[in-house]
Amino acid sequence: MYETNYHRASSVADAAATFAKGSESKFLAGGQTLLPVMKQRLASPSDVVDLSKLQELIGIDVSGDTVTIKAATAHYDVSQSDAVRKAIPALAHLASMIGDPAVRYRGTIGGSLANNDPAADYPAAVLALGATVKTNKRSISADDFFKGLFTTALEDGEIITAVSFPVPAKAGYAKMRHPASRFALTGVFVAQTKSGDIRVAATGASQSGVMRVPAIEQALKANWSAGALDNVTISASGLLADIHGTADYRANLVKVMGQRAVAGAG
Amino acid sequence: MSTVKLTVNGRAVSVDVEDRTLLVHLLRENLNLTGTHVGCDTSQCGACVVHVDGRAVKSCTMLAGQAAGSNVTTIEGLAKGDELHPMQAAFRDNHGLQCGYCTPGMIMSAVDIVHRHGGKLDEETVRHELEGNICRCTGYHNIVKAVLDAAGRMQVSQAAE
Repeated sequence: MYETNYHRASSVADAAATFAKGSESKFLAGGQTLLPVMKQRLASPSDVVDLSKLQELIGIDVSGDTVTIKAATAHYDVSQSDAVRKAIPALAHLASMIGDPAVRYRGTIGGSLANNDPAADYPAAVLALGATVKTNKRSISADDFFKGLFTTALEDGEIITAVSFPVPAKAGYAKMRHPASRFALTGVFVAQTKSGDIRVAATGASQSGVMRVPAIEQALKANWSAGALDNVTISASGLLADIHGTADYRANLVKVMGQRAVAGAG
Repeated sequence: MSTVKLTVNGRAVSVDVEDRTLLVHLLRENLNLTGTHVGCDTSQCGACVVHVDGRAVKSCTMLAGQAAGSNVTTIEGLAKGDELHPMQAAFRDNHGLQCGYCTPGMIMSAVDIVHRHGGKLDEETVRHELEGNICRCTGYHNIVKAVLDAAGRMQVSQAAE
């Protein structure tokens, strides 16, 4: 790791001010992605501004039809939250499948979204549930937030403070885990909103990061069942192909994970 | 350079380190607590697992500065004098190690698993939750046996207290 300056922020406002003073600052939350990348010398921030201890960024609130998870809440705490399990069980299930137990203690929802790894889990939930990403400057709808590989609508120095999820009528998440990295080889989140809309998002599949899957959405709109996807064909065009799986393999996984997500939806 | 103050195995320490120092290096190089190992250095293998404020985390994927003010327990902090922690004793009795390189991380993760699941622990859960700890010798069989054995011992010792 190259040399850097570590700062522990005392508030979100202090974090933003400290960030602005550095020549090439980065925000640090759980560090489960940023620190490995810094160790590989693929990133060399002049300053890292630690958000992970800010109490104003930690916690889960369920009120009415909205689940709000503050940005520095660890995956473990989301997975174990009785309130989340009751309101959106698929979201708690998703959090319980990220990385391994030690990673889930440190990794945060805000960090996952800000990084927008094309195989990360949370982006699928945020996009499929039509969540709202709240920052220290504004609110950004899920449809406007994800901008491609490792790219988001966040401006330099903007801090995610919370994510608000509308409670769906039904939702499910299934993923084929890469056995070593535990990232999604492909993961699919299916949601039926309380107004009857169907939204489906896949992660780990597309070269452009998390994506909606219109073919599955249309099939589920007509008939919410795993069997409704039997005759759906997912195009392999634009899907990821690497040593772990071809584009055709991932296209098939989008369908199969979609079916499993529907079958397990609650 | 920064001064990092934290509590390690019950002892308050103050260490001057470069800001880029990882917690595992502070433990090993500044405090000479070399029981915590660096295996893969990519947060996959779990040889570096320690407890920070009661949670088992990978100390190779945490800056020393992030642990400032925290309570850290390493493998050296588990035993009470000459009396092994029940998890350590169970690893010995069940032959849960061969070369021993992964053992400190395995034990720290395993203690955390027992704390979280208590008496409800079963083999499937142990195998699933040890996925962040890699052993290249044992095939895991005796490690899983040791963790289940220790879970029983830890219940008994808790009940006795």
